[in-house]
Amino acid sequence: MASSTTFRVLPGFGLSLGYTLGYLSLIVLIPLAAVFFKAGSLGFEHFWEAATSPRVLASYRLSFGASLIAAGINAVFGLMLAWVLVRYSFPGKRLVDALVDLPFALPTAVAGIALTALYARNGWVGSLLEPLGIKVAFTPLGVLVALVFIGLPFVVRTVQPILEDLDTEYEEAAVSLGANRWQAFRHVVFPTLFPALLTGFALAFARAVGEYGSVIFIAGNIPMVSEITPLMIITKLEQYDYAGATAVAVVMLIFSFLLLLIINGLQAWTAKRTGRAR
Amino acid sequence: MAAAVLHGSADHAARFESKAATREPGLVKWGLITIALSFFAFFLLLPLVAVFVEAFRKGWETYLGALLDPDAISAIKLTLIAAAISVPLNLVFGVAAAWAITKFDFRGKHFLITLIDLPFSVSPVVSGLIYVLVFGAQGWFGPWLSEHDLKVIFAIPGIVLATVFVTFPFVARELIPLMEAQGREEEEAAVVLGARGWQVFWHVTLPNVKWGLLYGVILCNARAMGEFGAVSVVSGHIRGYTNTMPLHVEILYNEYQFAAAFAVASVLALLAIVTLVIKVWVERQAGKAATVSEDE
Repeated sequence: MASSTTFRVLPGFGLSLGYTLGYLSLIVLIPLAAVFFKAGSLGFEHFWEAATSPRVLASYRLSFGASLIAAGINAVFGLMLAWVLVRYSFPGKRLVDALVDLPFALPTAVAGIALTALYARNGWVGSLLEPLGIKVAFTPLGVLVALVFIGLPFVVRTVQPILEDLDTEYEEAAVSLGANRWQAFRHVVFPTLFPALLTGFALAFARAVGEYGSVIFIAGNIPMVSEITPLMIITKLEQYDYAGATAVAVVMLIFSFLLLLIINGLQAWTAKRTGRAR
Repeated sequence: MAAAVLHGSADHAARFESKAATREPGLVKWGLITIALSFFAFFLLLPLVAVFVEAFRKGWETYLGALLDPDAISAIKLTLIAAAISVPLNLVFGVAAAWAITKFDFRGKHFLITLIDLPFSVSPVVSGLIYVLVFGAQGWFGPWLSEHDLKVIFAIPGIVLATVFVTFPFVARELIPLMEAQGREEEEAAVVLGARGWQVFWHVTLPNVKWGLLYGVILCNARAMGEFGAVSVVSGHIRGYTNTMPLHVEILYNEYQFAAAFAVASVLALLAIVTLVIKVWVERQAGKAATVSEDE
């Protein structure tokens, strides 16, 4: 390409970049910086105390633990769903493919009350589980169910395009070299998919940790048992404990930034492994 | 961080199923389909069905009553206002950002893309909190705002701001990969032939990216109307004034008015379904456009 950095043919560089940076700073960067300024004004001891109180620690354990398990479940079933959608034809496939995005489109509060209604003791699913002694609604298990719901499309939609782009010749070569179908999958297909699968897992995990709306209805929000970390921020705000809320928010933000860096790295890896621009 | 970037909807199954090397035995195939679809039905389909069943449990009258309630109507209005402001703002931003990033070379481009993605990786609750810390009573501008009798937090401006934040990356996210793939030759040719900036965008760039743009706007709108966590922090839950539809659903639910809560929720679920239908349609149009340009 001949467009050099010294001479630009296309107009609007200053205007579009200036507007982008200005708007970005105003809406995102400056308000985000406010959290860190506020946290800085707390002093380390106060900050640490607020960010590591027993109730908050319990919420980290639940939020991170349930999010990890949910992302794991989604990695397994999301891969399976993506595989089925790409490799096979079956009736209703287009409908299923379209509805996979439902958790992106459905407001989280709606998902939250729907899941609660399903898994409550008198709900369609809850009433089936009750005789087995399994309680889902208003327990940490309920948190897990909501996080599985919210994370599924992340795995399916990152794995699906890679599966679609896969050439059949590698598997054919594997078979001609004597591999059976499982070996071809395990040693040829899976390594190609793996970076994308890990990206999907990380995206689902990141989303689950911060998720609020779909979880709070089904969680029951019992202190030390089923309180998620975002709820701790809300609780502290409702008690006008701005410092405490900020401390917890900073922990969450630092974690999100780290995950964002990891995800960017994973996406670059996926692009390299599959030769696709992301 | 949304993984849903527009891609064509071509069916690949035939390619894989036609060859012995990429085909599984029928038992494995149908076993996998059964497991995957059961999971899908259980976790995605069932909650959607439940919304509508619960909404109509007490009949049409209760359903309509819940929607025509003055508080519900004011919640619907506020939701529409928030979306009507935040979607165009982020549309303009998305176009400007995509133009700067894809049509020019400059240092720190990848860092800028990461910054644009930030709102997707921030918890909705934190998204609300940051505006409380800036505009709230104890925030940076709190004293100044109260001196001038202005209210941002626990008022409509706060709700709009929080909505703008959470929907910030949607349009840019769709446009950047599309415009990157398009390259710059066509625009440069247009400029050399004497077209002005807006003409270049309007007649050369836009026709190429219109489906991606539309897709970004739809996703942005769905999120704007459905946002809960961020809006919940800044709203203050004042009935008939600062309640959006999702917040109204929460209030009704917490008051054990389940049928009414699900009635309002069903409208939001309908919005989600319409969003998905438009998405499928847009993907099909984009797929068609891609095939045509390949044939040329």
